Amino acid sequence: MVLSSIDMSALAERLAADEVKGRSLWADARSRFIRNKAAVGGLILLIVITLYALAAAHVSPYAYDTADFMIMGHAAELGAPSWESGHYFGVDNDGFDVFVRTAFGTRISLFVGIVGSAIAVIVGTLYGATAGYVGGRTDQIMMRIVDILLAIPYMFVLILLLVMFGRSLFMLFVGIGLLSWLSMARIVRGQTLSLKNKEFIQAAQAAGVPAWKIILRHIVPNLLGIVAVYATLLVPDMILTESFISFLGLGPAPPVTSLGALIAEGAGTMRYGYLWSLNAPLAFFVLTQFAFFFVGDGLRDALDPKDR
Amino acid sequence: MFSYIIKRLVVAIPTLLVLMVLSFLLMHAAPGGPFTYEKKLPPEVLANLNAKYGLDQPLWRQMVSYVWGIIAHFDFGPSFVYKDRDVNEIIAQGFPVTLYYGSIAFVVAVVTGVTLGVVAAVRQNSLIDYFAVGLSIGAQVLPNFVMAPVLVLVFALWLGWLPAGGWEGGEISHVILPVIALATSYMASIARITRSSMLEVLTSNHVRTARAKGLPEHKVILRHALKPSLIPVISYLGPAFVAMITGSVVVDSFFSTGGIGKAFVDSALNRDYAVMMGITLLVGVLTIIFNLLVDILYAWIDPKIRY
Repeated sequence: MVLSSIDMSALAERLAADEVKGRSLWADARSRFIRNKAAVGGLILLIVITLYALAAAHVSPYAYDTADFMIMGHAAELGAPSWESGHYFGVDNDGFDVFVRTAFGTRISLFVGIVGSAIAVIVGTLYGATAGYVGGRTDQIMMRIVDILLAIPYMFVLILLLVMFGRSLFMLFVGIGLLSWLSMARIVRGQTLSLKNKEFIQAAQAAGVPAWKIILRHIVPNLLGIVAVYATLLVPDMILTESFISFLGLGPAPPVTSLGALIAEGAGTMRYGYLWSLNAPLAFFVLTQFAFFFVGDGLRDALDPKDR
Repeated sequence: MFSYIIKRLVVAIPTLLVLMVLSFLLMHAAPGGPFTYEKKLPPEVLANLNAKYGLDQPLWRQMVSYVWGIIAHFDFGPSFVYKDRDVNEIIAQGFPVTLYYGSIAFVVAVVTGVTLGVVAAVRQNSLIDYFAVGLSIGAQVLPNFVMAPVLVLVFALWLGWLPAGGWEGGEISHVILPVIALATSYMASIARITRSSMLEVLTSNHVRTARAKGLPEHKVILRHALKPSLIPVISYLGPAFVAMITGSVVVDSFFSTGGIGKAFVDSALNRDYAVMMGITLLVGVLTIIFNLLVDILYAWIDPKIRY
């Protein structure tokens, strides 16, 4: 048999060419996400809000914790938003610049949301993956604990914690961290149960890999998609929780402020005939929630294997 | 069915005990006692006060007597701030108010939410469907503490139709705004859940059969499609109920309706631990009972569940 020289040269050509690049799961997800206009819009909005929260203090000539005593108590007449005075969003009744205060509040709210969601990701993923992978009685006990904790009216317990141990940002994180991981643990456990009988896990077991290494190296990476989706959807929930508590005046003590506290302040002074100190925090709260909602939704469409 | 209820109770009781013990321990782990004022009390006075409230006994005995008091006589102990009132009185004063507008809000949220969801699903891609879908995104961004100021601004300050607050024994004009503030976001969630499950049910075989045998459309919807599509809604009722009580904290503070939420915030600001714990436990008990009822309802309506 003599191979035709044409065939041979075609083969050589093909060997010389670059390998066809495979599309990874993540690249696939990214292209799906980018095609989703609402999600991209949400992401851009989120970036703008973050930039505002971080940069406003440097742009404005005013500080978030010093009041303008000339305007204090006369916000309705003197505190209107104006470009010339540098009070872009106006001045509230205590003489604080709304532009800077809202930026500061947004920053705290975003911070709380991200930290709360990060705690949920770390604790919830490890807890759920361990319970699901180990299985049996350990799983039952671990999930029963989650059931019991989930039945506790957490908003009340959170306020209880804050009142008893001081209304600090740190305590807020501890409280939110204690409670936020529960539903994440449930979701992760469910996913782990369906993963743990797959061949690649059996292969790892057969090769003698210890259980903790299987969980960290083989289970957790395969959960990242769904964890990322729920983490994104948790952030606005955390912001909502924190704003709820701050709205009641039970959040972190001043001068630390957050969107919830600012909304409460603005609502308290709206009957004096001006709205700018309500409008700004309300708008940023609603926009942040919208943005996270759309990004989370887009991520779910892009990453959730169920929808494929 | 009976053994199912027993099984659920077996989970509910330890949950309650955990809640009681946890909140009791929390209270004792807190720095400073209920009698820590800015001005220091003489040690004898403090000792007498502690003896009166039983705070001089060992921790486990206090805990046992507190938990026993609740179980045996539904007694949450005295308030630490108001010398002449105990926790029961404070709860008894505010709770009926909360229950009154809370249950109205709950019913409003469920009825309008389900109706909107069903209509949206039946008339998919119509104007009302777009409204329902838009509203369900609004659920995320219109929590009670956003709704409350906006409602007061529009209906009390601009239009002057409704009072901005107060209770007046539950007069209807004082109830409307709290109910709307409380119900909106949950109505939207329920509408979303109903819509998506209704859409799924409408493509199922038994609905096609019902249509094929010539039933009028409204009978197909009401008799054959509605019941299975309500199953996911029922599992949402538990969280929605808890949210009504939690939301009452905001409503009571903002509208001065004088419900239990106001008592909770006041006691939080006064550091009146006994009242806070009493209310937290009450909410916990209600939550657990309500979830139990929902589970039973669920098992009853969904034949696929075996218990």
